[in-house]
Amino acid sequence: MFREKVLEKSFLLIALSSISILALIAFFIFQQGIPLMWKVGPNSFLLGDRWFPSKESFGIFPMIVGSFWVTLGSLVVGVPLGVACAIFLCELTPPAIAMVLRPMIQLLAAIPSVIYGFWGLIVLVPIIRDSLGGPGLSILAGSLVLGIMILPTIISIAEDSLRALPRSYKEGALSLGATHWQTIWRVLLPAARSGIASSVILGMGRAIGETMAMIMILGNAAQMPHSILDSARTLTTNIGIEMGYASGDHRQALFATGVVLFFIIMALNSLALFLSRRRRA
Amino acid sequence: MRMRISRHHTQALAKGVIWVAAFSTLVVMFWILYQVLREGLPRLHFEFFLQAPRQMGRAGGISSTIIGTIALTIVAIVIATPLGVGTAIFLREYTRESRVSRVIRFGTDCLAGVPSIIFGLFGFVFFVIFLGLGWSILSGGLTLATMILPTIICTAEEAIKAVPYTYREASFALGGTRWQTIRKMVLPNALPGILTGLLLGVGRSVGETAAVILTAGSSFITPGSLFSPIRTMAVHFYILAREGISMEMAYATGAALILLILAINMAANWLMYRYVHRA
Amino acid sequence: MEKQGKIVFQHFQFHYGSFLALKDINLSIRSNQIFAILGPARSGKTTLLKSMNRLTDLIFGTNHTGRIFIDGQEIYDPNVSLPELRRRVGMVFDLPTALPLSIFENVAYGPRLKGLREKGRLEETVEKSLQAAVLWDEVKDRLHSSALRLSGGQQQRLCIARMLALEPEIIMLDEPCSGLDPISTASIERSLVALKEKYTILLVPHNIQQASRVADRVGFFLGGEMIEEGLADQIFTRPQNRKTEDYISGRFG
Repeated sequence: MFREKVLEKSFLLIALSSISILALIAFFIFQQGIPLMWKVGPNSFLLGDRWFPSKESFGIFPMIVGSFWVTLGSLVVGVPLGVACAIFLCELTPPAIAMVLRPMIQLLAAIPSVIYGFWGLIVLVPIIRDSLGGPGLSILAGSLVLGIMILPTIISIAEDSLRALPRSYKEGALSLGATHWQTIWRVLLPAARSGIASSVILGMGRAIGETMAMIMILGNAAQMPHSILDSARTLTTNIGIEMGYASGDHRQALFATGVVLFFIIMALNSLALFLSRRRRA
Repeated sequence: MRMRISRHHTQALAKGVIWVAAFSTLVVMFWILYQVLREGLPRLHFEFFLQAPRQMGRAGGISSTIIGTIALTIVAIVIATPLGVGTAIFLREYTRESRVSRVIRFGTDCLAGVPSIIFGLFGFVFFVIFLGLGWSILSGGLTLATMILPTIICTAEEAIKAVPYTYREASFALGGTRWQTIRKMVLPNALPGILTGLLLGVGRSVGETAAVILTAGSSFITPGSLFSPIRTMAVHFYILAREGISMEMAYATGAALILLILAINMAANWLMYRYVHRA
Repeated sequence: MEKQGKIVFQHFQFHYGSFLALKDINLSIRSNQIFAILGPARSGKTTLLKSMNRLTDLIFGTNHTGRIFIDGQEIYDPNVSLPELRRRVGMVFDLPTALPLSIFENVAYGPRLKGLREKGRLEETVEKSLQAAVLWDEVKDRLHSSALRLSGGQQQRLCIARMLALEPEIIMLDEPCSGLDPISTASIERSLVALKEKYTILLVPHNIQQASRVADRVGFFLGGEMIEEGLADQIFTRPQNRKTEDYISGRFG
């Protein structure tokens, strides 16, 4: 009996590991980053548009803007295509073909981001440079590649939501004389909207957090972007590029960038959890 | 009469758009893989896997990076599996929905959403500096373990949940204690699902770059111990591509990486369909 | 306070959350007989059985008042070892629950949990139990094949053998023949009559006819209350309570 009690307590301790790790991450990131943010001043850190570490100038606004545009761009690319593919898989192909395509899409989700970045660098960047001008290493390239990268996430969750809908929705609409497309557009999609919203938020989280591919194709100019053909940095690439050689205040500024990123992700996560809880209710 | 034609026109148009969108999406996605494989596969021969990189990666092979990848993955799995499966056992066998379980799930969900660069920062300041492990297989592996933990918890929980309640009830009725029932009835039957989760964790470890660079370093010398810095295949690929060292080597490394991920994914899928999806 | 009888229920009440499943049960069951628990669905029959081996402890949000004694010892006493109790009070469920193991391992499961490791003794126990459950002849040549391949009736007899391998004192069977063909049912009923020489048997019968075939004493339950209890003959021919009579004669079910 005693042994059972000991085992139960041990499992409880093990189960607390994930929340402990989360706490550790938050603690250490904040411990490194907050002092610097305080020293520079939150306003000038978050809204300052000059990032010159060698001159002790730490404003990350260009990076915030960069992250914003790249993420937005990726959603513009990824959401319509992703939902279209979900509709395609769920409603427009026979189940046999869908069963083959689904694991293939899952495979694409497992491909490392550096491969996508590489492709963007080799293929996409020259195309943009040659046909649209600019350095090619640009927000446009980043959005396109990031959009492709978040497709598997959006496709699988959106498709799951569509498939989870009760058959009666579709059958009811069809029996009232609606065409297949009218059923999809007016009945199924609206009914699945909270699942699709979840997929978008998850895709957004993935997009904001992406580092390696963005380093490879965004151009990494630490200045305010003025068009989608400009090079830019995101919060993530800012850290990824300079962490290798940063020290002292510079390094702490990168941690402070991490703090900002952490908050943004936590906010997104909470939104996603809130939405999914409402869906279950 | 006019209205009916219009509706069907709309449908034809809409479906056409969807077909084009879906088709082109899938084509592009596979084109990416095809591109790397087409250029890289021809360059993969035995010596490539058996030699270490030379001249900063311009020549030679990727043997040290393969060792690095394997070592890092093993450390990550060894640490994350007991923690992950243990958490799943606790959530499913030792407790009901309660404040404690909600906190644990919240922690797990949040951890799953943390970007890899943040894990990299954390791993750097905690494992490399604070615990004094330096840039090493150990630091990298421990960091990866924290990254794959949520995945393992999730899949292990699903696997354990799928074991029929009647098995447990029968075991208890025959005088089994809770731990005996878990050990002899639940875990053996949940094993295929748990293994699938481990494979997913392996796949993630193999492909991860940002966190690995910041914690395991980027030395391409064959490692001597757990405390040696290493370069994984993904990191090597990234460095080759970004520094423009050698496109050929980059293609080859990329192809090897893709093949490895393919193999891991296929193994996971096979496990799922063979063992997990039987009625 | 009468403590006669192998099993004694004393003002026993049982709740699932706020739902009262058993109301003030007072019952004494003597050893070496077959006691049938009769009644329509949702009368608390399964709850009665499961509270005796405390399988109800596994369900969240349950509680009870009153006491249950087995051999004079209160089973809800905190010092009672649950695994030990469940070995003494064996249970067979209404659906055959063969474990995903070989036939041999199914029967050996309980003894192994208890700590029996020696191969010779395990084989001896398995054979003895399968014989007592009248299954030995049918499976002796394929002891190491999967138990899931047995028919429903065979699986149910396997569950009986599995339970007997632990040498319980009390055997509880919750509609053991539901879904079984008449031949399997008859063979299980025969085994029960043979088993009562050694064991005390509580049976929730599939129907009234089964109870009249095998039971020595009968308790009639309705809505969580025990309406009447007595010798089988007497209950079936001269029931004293109106509700009992209505049930026996089929006016409701």
